[in-house]
Amino acid sequence: MSEIERDVREFISENFILDEEELNGDASLTRQGVLDSMGVLELIMFVEERFELKVPDEDTLPENFDSVDRIVAYLNDRLATAKR
Amino acid sequence: MLPRCPRLLHDSLRIAAEEHPDKLAVITDDQRVSYRELYQQARRLARGLQERGVQRGDHVAIFLENSVETVVAVYGTLIAGAAFMVVNPQTKADKLAYVLSDAAAVALLAEGHLSKVVAEATEQAPSLRTVLTRGPLTSGSLTPSTAREPATEWLDLDSFLAEHPPEPRDPGVVPIDLAALIYTSGSTGNPKGVMLSHQNMVFTQASLVEYLRLSSDDRILNVLPLAFDYGLYQAIMAVHLAATLVLESSFSFPAKVIKRVNQEAVTVFPGVPTVFATLLSLHRDRPQWMPSVRRYTNTAAHLPDDHVPGLWQMSPDALVFKMYGLTECKRVCYLEPELVQVKPSSVGKAIPGTETFVLDDDGNPVPPGTTGTLWVRGPHVMMGYLNLPEATAHMLKPGRYPGERMLCTHDLFRSDDDGFLYFVGRSDDIIKSRGEKVAPVEVENVLASIPGVKEAAVVGVPDELLGQAVRAYVVLDQGTEMSERELRRACMARLENYMVPRNVVFLSELPKTGSGKVRKKDLLEAEQR
Repeated sequence: MSEIERDVREFISENFILDEEELNGDASLTRQGVLDSMGVLELIMFVEERFELKVPDEDTLPENFDSVDRIVAYLNDRLATAKR
Repeated sequence: MLPRCPRLLHDSLRIAAEEHPDKLAVITDDQRVSYRELYQQARRLARGLQERGVQRGDHVAIFLENSVETVVAVYGTLIAGAAFMVVNPQTKADKLAYVLSDAAAVALLAEGHLSKVVAEATEQAPSLRTVLTRGPLTSGSLTPSTAREPATEWLDLDSFLAEHPPEPRDPGVVPIDLAALIYTSGSTGNPKGVMLSHQNMVFTQASLVEYLRLSSDDRILNVLPLAFDYGLYQAIMAVHLAATLVLESSFSFPAKVIKRVNQEAVTVFPGVPTVFATLLSLHRDRPQWMPSVRRYTNTAAHLPDDHVPGLWQMSPDALVFKMYGLTECKRVCYLEPELVQVKPSSVGKAIPGTETFVLDDDGNPVPPGTTGTLWVRGPHVMMGYLNLPEATAHMLKPGRYPGERMLCTHDLFRSDDDGFLYFVGRSDDIIKSRGEKVAPVEVENVLASIPGVKEAAVVGVPDELLGQAVRAYVVLDQGTEMSERELRRACMARLENYMVPRNVVFLSELPKTGSGKVRKKDLLEAEQR
């Protein structure tokens, strides 16, 4: 597991009362009732602070944030482009 | 020749399909469905339900996320002659079992990914004969319980619809028959099924579109659960008008919703204060622009006065409607949008075709400025709560004419000299968080049932974003140790998300009166110190 994934899992399980073990990588977070509009905004804030990047409004979509796998993929993408 | 004027709730769908067959009825992420298609699917479902033995007067439960299928299920059930009940997909097994058995539901449409919850609940719902699932089932193989005869049969919804021709039998429903059961939380812990007839709902749909000044050109957004009457009526109004419903499953991704509003040129944006607070905080960060919106509507809790200018910045052509209502009659009153800054804290006057009264405890009208209880009179008032004659008698009292019943809201109101209504407060202890009703006793019961918890008291505390946040005060059994997180997680498994306490305060004992009742006022006051 990458460090990014570890951080994301830890944040979600701590703030959204889910067991890390229960957190399936590809399961929809909103569908599980874990994330609602409040939660998504908190998640974005965490990502911005922890990974030192700004998430533009147009990126706050289910494709990028609705599951652990998607968040990790989004972050990998953003951080890779940042390095160049 | 069939009447042009709807008499039964689903007549509106037939009329829309006849007059505007190719018009888009429902738009979701992955589907765009015309009125003709919507009507045909509903008729297929109706025929299928009838083949499965659903009869006039039966109750069909809908346990689906906001989707085209949910709208199909509502109208299909009605066409079959049954009454529908939409259940929030976040509902857990115990409560699902309760409503299914309370309503003696004979059929259930459910998300496949909720099959675990459904299987557990249906163990306790002997009346259920048919479960129609949408999408793949989560758990491995599910065998219907063979413990009782006849067994509940699980079928795939898509195949079921394809198998049946759109040719239902006429069940012979009349307007005073039951159309819907809408379950609502009550202070007593168990949800209560509000019974609404076709007549109630046909009247209400017309009154709403009249005061909201809507037409068939409107494109109505719905981000609210269809299990909630406010969300449900967005679909009902759209069909009644032959307008277009832009259906989202939630407001979880606000930026996505805004994008959709612009893509689909949404004209009507219904919300609750939490939705508007979220929108406005995004707008403060980076200006949002939704020029097509010409109506914002708000209910469930008070919309702060300072939110309105922000809404106008995003949508300069928008009329903002502040409204108040309760499930027991759907809506009570609304403020004409031209007055939204003239009478800022008011929720206006009775919706068309209805009246309201502010009365004292003896039933006499109180003068302007004096607080009294709000009473409602009109064709929108529910028939009662299912199976609950006492709770019904608490809310409905004899009116002016024989057989007439007036609704007592049990909410405190006052009016001004011009007759405009102002909400003063609830007389029960229901918490309104994110626009949803949370009954403290329901949460307290769940907490108390957690091993290690001795007793609990739940209160609402003011919260800028949520309206009220749910807070639990918990006393643990001697020698037990439990974290806030563990408790909240245990609640998550038994309650809908919005009912889970935001935070938990551990106490060694709860402050009580001489007779043993918890002094919730003391808990709240201790917080403020």
